[in-house]
Amino acid sequence: MSPSSPSKISSNFGNNGGEGGGGGGGGIVDGSDQLEPPHVLAVDDSVIERKLIERLLKSSEYKVTTAENGLRALEYLGLLEDAKENTLTNNDLKVSLVITDYCMPGMTGYELLKKIKESSNFREIPVVVMSSEKNPSRVEKCLEEGALEFMFKPLQLSDVKRLRCHMMKFDEPCNERLCVG
Amino acid sequence: MASAALNEQLASLMDSMYQEGLLDEQFQQLQSLQDESNPCFVMEVVTLFCDDAERIFTELDKLMSQPVVEFQQVDAYIHQLKGSSSSVGAQNVKLACVQFRHSLEENDREGCLQALNMVKREYLHLRGKLETMLQLEQRIQDYDKQKK
Repeated sequence: MSPSSPSKISSNFGNNGGEGGGGGGGGIVDGSDQLEPPHVLAVDDSVIERKLIERLLKSSEYKVTTAENGLRALEYLGLLEDAKENTLTNNDLKVSLVITDYCMPGMTGYELLKKIKESSNFREIPVVVMSSEKNPSRVEKCLEEGALEFMFKPLQLSDVKRLRCHMMKFDEPCNERLCVG
Repeated sequence: MASAALNEQLASLMDSMYQEGLLDEQFQQLQSLQDESNPCFVMEVVTLFCDDAERIFTELDKLMSQPVVEFQQVDAYIHQLKGSSSSVGAQNVKLACVQFRHSLEENDREGCLQALNMVKREYLHLRGKLETMLQLEQRIQDYDKQKK
């Protein structure tokens, strides 16, 4: 498995047309005042779940990158332990939010959450964990480790819209925005 | 008009699938995510689901035929299938998976084989109806394109 197998990490721009685009928080403002859609990294070992969440995220006008497991996600963020240079910062990737499945073989979503929170370059990224099982100790564990929210699958469009409240902003510190998701 | 008849057939098929519990409201969400810029979304998801389910059945058959069954592995696969069926709205398949996991708790091979057969049955029943649904949709699309 080559580190950069494009079929397992895919990055696409969301639909960015019309009314909802650019409204609310989470946009990136560059010098020309153009709002870029928030960039979400979605991690799930199930190809069906990845397809679904990608569609849900794109329909809410987010840019989406998907990864099939924790390792690929860390690789994308440049956080693998054997990476020669760890110079990638989130200003390069501009990941506004990571949403990850909990139950994954190898590295669980919890372990991925921990790695992100331990990283000086990426710890500020909001992380949301999702699961098909309602396990209170699992939820608690993730929230204690710094997950902003724990969502239950299957995700609804309303859940995804609500993510906008959590999105990391890359423009100048803006005032608190009302979450109208 | 052929299109109206086809649409009626499709509506009737969908109704029966919901009524029989083959599908639940999660499937409606899938349908709502299909639009002009993603016209094949449902078909793509259904195809992925079916391919994945069949892959899982192949693995389960192997596991269940071992002299010593690794029930934990079996559970892991059923957990996957339960997750994907829940996400696509395949209600009866999901419920059969839940049943299977109960019999796994007994670590009873016979019980598990029966439960696995039940999951397969539900899946095949659903797959047949989904194929019909997709064929009808395709015919309707083709017909509508012809008219334009």
